[in-house]
Amino acid sequence: MNASEPRLRHSIAFNYAIFLCVLTTAPTALAETENEIAPLNYFLHSYGPASTPTMYLGWAFVGLMVAIFVIIALLLAWAILRKRPAEDFRSIGRDDKGMPWIYIGTGVSTCILFALAIYSLVTLNVIAKPTHAPALTLTVTGYDWWWKVEYEDDDPARRFVTANEIHIPAGLPVLVKLKSADVIHAFWVPMLAGKTQMIPGLTNQQWIEADTEGVYRGQCTQYCGVQHAHMGLEVVAQSDAEFRKWQDAQRKSAATASSTGIDAGKKLFLDRCAGCHTIRGTEAVGAHAPDLTHLKSRRLIAAGLLTNTPDHLVKWITHAQDLKPGTRMPSMVLTATEVASLSAFLSTLN
Amino acid sequence: MTDAAESSPNLNLTRVPEVGCAPIGSAAEMHLAHLWESAPGWRGWLSTVDHKEIGLRYLVTAFIFLLMGGIEALIMRLQLARPDQTLLTPEQYSQLFTMHGVTMIFLYSLPILSGFSNYLWPLMLGSRDMAFPRLNALSYWVFLFAGIFLYASFPLGEAPNAGWFNYVPFAGLEYNTGPNIDVYALGMVLLGISTTVGAINFVVTLFRMRAPGMSIDRVPILVWGTLTASVANIFAIPSVSLAFFLLWLDRQTGTHFFDVVNGGKPLLWQHLFWMFGHPWVYAVVLPAMGIVSDALPTFCRRPLVGYSAVALSTMATMLLGFGVWIHHMFAAGLPTLALSFFGAASMVISIPSAVAVFAWIATIWLGRPVFNTPFLFFAGFVILFVIGGLSGVMTAAVPLDFQLNETYFIVAHLHYVLLGINVFPVVGGIYYWFPKFFGRMMNETLGKWSFWVMFIGFNAGFFPMHLAGLLGMPRRIYTYAPNMGWSTVNMVTSVGSFVFAAGILLFLVNVVISLKRGALAAPNPWDAPTLEWAMPSPPPAYNFAVIPFVASRHPLWEDRLDEGAGRSSLDQGYLLMEGRETIGTTPLDAIPDIILKMPEDSYTPFFLGLFSALAFTGLLLHWGGFTVLMALACSLSLIAWMWPRKALVQRVPDIKQNTGAVHG
Repeated sequence: MNASEPRLRHSIAFNYAIFLCVLTTAPTALAETENEIAPLNYFLHSYGPASTPTMYLGWAFVGLMVAIFVIIALLLAWAILRKRPAEDFRSIGRDDKGMPWIYIGTGVSTCILFALAIYSLVTLNVIAKPTHAPALTLTVTGYDWWWKVEYEDDDPARRFVTANEIHIPAGLPVLVKLKSADVIHAFWVPMLAGKTQMIPGLTNQQWIEADTEGVYRGQCTQYCGVQHAHMGLEVVAQSDAEFRKWQDAQRKSAATASSTGIDAGKKLFLDRCAGCHTIRGTEAVGAHAPDLTHLKSRRLIAAGLLTNTPDHLVKWITHAQDLKPGTRMPSMVLTATEVASLSAFLSTLN
Repeated sequence: MTDAAESSPNLNLTRVPEVGCAPIGSAAEMHLAHLWESAPGWRGWLSTVDHKEIGLRYLVTAFIFLLMGGIEALIMRLQLARPDQTLLTPEQYSQLFTMHGVTMIFLYSLPILSGFSNYLWPLMLGSRDMAFPRLNALSYWVFLFAGIFLYASFPLGEAPNAGWFNYVPFAGLEYNTGPNIDVYALGMVLLGISTTVGAINFVVTLFRMRAPGMSIDRVPILVWGTLTASVANIFAIPSVSLAFFLLWLDRQTGTHFFDVVNGGKPLLWQHLFWMFGHPWVYAVVLPAMGIVSDALPTFCRRPLVGYSAVALSTMATMLLGFGVWIHHMFAAGLPTLALSFFGAASMVISIPSAVAVFAWIATIWLGRPVFNTPFLFFAGFVILFVIGGLSGVMTAAVPLDFQLNETYFIVAHLHYVLLGINVFPVVGGIYYWFPKFFGRMMNETLGKWSFWVMFIGFNAGFFPMHLAGLLGMPRRIYTYAPNMGWSTVNMVTSVGSFVFAAGILLFLVNVVISLKRGALAAPNPWDAPTLEWAMPSPPPAYNFAVIPFVASRHPLWEDRLDEGAGRSSLDQGYLLMEGRETIGTTPLDAIPDIILKMPEDSYTPFFLGLFSALAFTGLLLHWGGFTVLMALACSLSLIAWMWPRKALVQRVPDIKQNTGAVHG
């Protein structure tokens, strides 16, 4: 029996020391060793008043939990390994000095939990509402498996619709109303705020604000079907001037450039794509899929799956079911000429 | 009973049981064996109501489900080991993670504990069987058939695919047209029958079937754990059975409980599911904590520190467990005030856990630990329990949970809780009670190896999931891109999961080897304090040749502990051998109260279970006539079950007035 003692010492004291090092250093290390910062790493990166207090809360919790774990693990290791006077196996310990352990241990735990509860409720209160009224209200609706984004305005003519890419002015709170067109999704841009479910029949809301200009990745976090994994989005925070410029561009209908190739592509689009997609300013008014009026202005396509290059676009149109199996977008069967003209048309959608 | 008494005037229904001894080999003992042993061969196999046989079946069946769920997990870990893998299609992945959850949560974690409790309760409590032996058999058969039912559509590629939580409207007919969800819904209603009758059996057994003198403050903590879990199940199961039944109605008959277009409420499902789901989480850990509380002291050579505190904390956990379901729904958009309340409640629930943790540590500290394999599992369990508990506190902080919710942090947390607090005590418990189950010891060397491989593999596999969660990896994604920063943690997790699986494999090898070649076990090989160790290993069919009189919490340590004045009497007690009999005692003080006539072996539980499973199959396949036929067959089985039997009536005339009773 004594033979296992060294092994025990090795494990509980030593292994866990390793685990603790891993716990405290790994997120940073991992995030920085891979190509770039993990785009959803909310634990180390936060860029808005709706998420930064939570990040600090997270650090406090992790620090405290690690400390508590170390203390308890050491206590346990000590309890197991401490020297005892040799005694007959059959003798049974009778002393009942154990209750102070429970009183002290539970008492201290209760105080810590009480403090943590207060800290987290205070944080909850801080992030519940922005300090001043939202500068902008937009509605995001979850679809299988993409996001429709509607910018509200008192003047109906100034409203517009886009998809999968949300632009906001940096430094201003934005109210996001959350809806679902089909099943439950969840809206999560972790570096800006926590997540909120999008429940059909209900309108939830949350607010986001970006301290600095930049691109913040978002992701659906409620399992919503086969392509839940590929339901991403981006929030682009811009200076006020740039944001206004973007907004004005988005309000416009599609440009009406014309050439033989483009016209053939447009006709193809109206025949084959318009049942689902809308391009404002044309007869394409489908409502089941992303609005493509300003497709070229977006950084990503297919809800965050691919970068928006002409090659990727063609690949996506012709092989959607291979890239994102089960997506509502069919793999279109097109001849080389059709591909060329469709690409030509789509490239006009600035 | 009254009718029978009137029709046979010679029958006297009152009698005082004889007190005596029945040493092994005596005529009395052989008579008992004759009374209690099941028929040999397949007849006995189908008709037995012996709680030990049923307990072992539960253990074996649940463990097979654990292995199936584990294999599903390993396949998923292969898919996730590297980014952008295409080993599985998204639909296959959905079915795998759903079946993995369903299997582990419903078909493994509670049934395995029911196995322990079924086997051990009567032995620990000093009874010859559970209160309702036939109900016990029914509970097992229905569990088995429900498990088969839930798995039947898997080979056809039509397994449940909406996650074990099965949120509507995704699980509704509009988005899930195949039979997948119907299988899940009906299977869950069927399984709910098994869990409910099992729970009722445990509750009644605790309050009526203890040996004289085993007052409520002397029962082992495992009994407290299972009692608490059973009471909770009686309240919680109706919620989930109702939810699945309503969903099935929505899908099959067009009702509108959850269907948004017609005014149904998806949030209603979340509430009903988690009102069940959270208590269930405690139901599958409290009995396992009880295993540790009872077995750890044996290896510490002293009684558990703070018995009453641990027993009370068990019940407090469960009570609070009914008030925290919203913490699964923090992201559902509920008002801040509600979130604050449920967040605070979720923190409070860790206080009773702290009681238990410090009780275990104090027990080790004040004891003299013996480093046998079970001790390693229980000490390892304490570490995993602490990690799982601490990460649980983090998820109780509402703002933090807005981030952690639905990420791999939760996956890490729940596996630390469910594997750490369920699987480790279960495997430790099997090492501990194996000699009692099979009369042979398990191999110690292999045992220690299996512990270290499991422990290291577990931590290597599941600890990095915390980090994946903090790096933002959402749950239930079938693949991820290389630029998300999750590649390393996932590779480590996959490797760790295979190491853990190797540990489980070592354990199984040990079981197989020990079954054949293990050293023969004495009645009490660990020098443990509780009643189950007072009888031969394995125990005879009748458990106790005489019903013992219990005078303390540790009947087998009494002489050395010297707690309280009296001494338990294990060799001399109630003989009770006029047919299958045991003693019924009062609920709190365990004062003898009644002679319980226990039922003979019976085929009716098997057939009732079979026909009800077939009736559900008929419902699934829309075979109306077949369903009606099977419902009739169920009724016939019930009539056969309930048919009055002479054997269940007191037959021996006597002078004094103890009332006999029909039972079963």
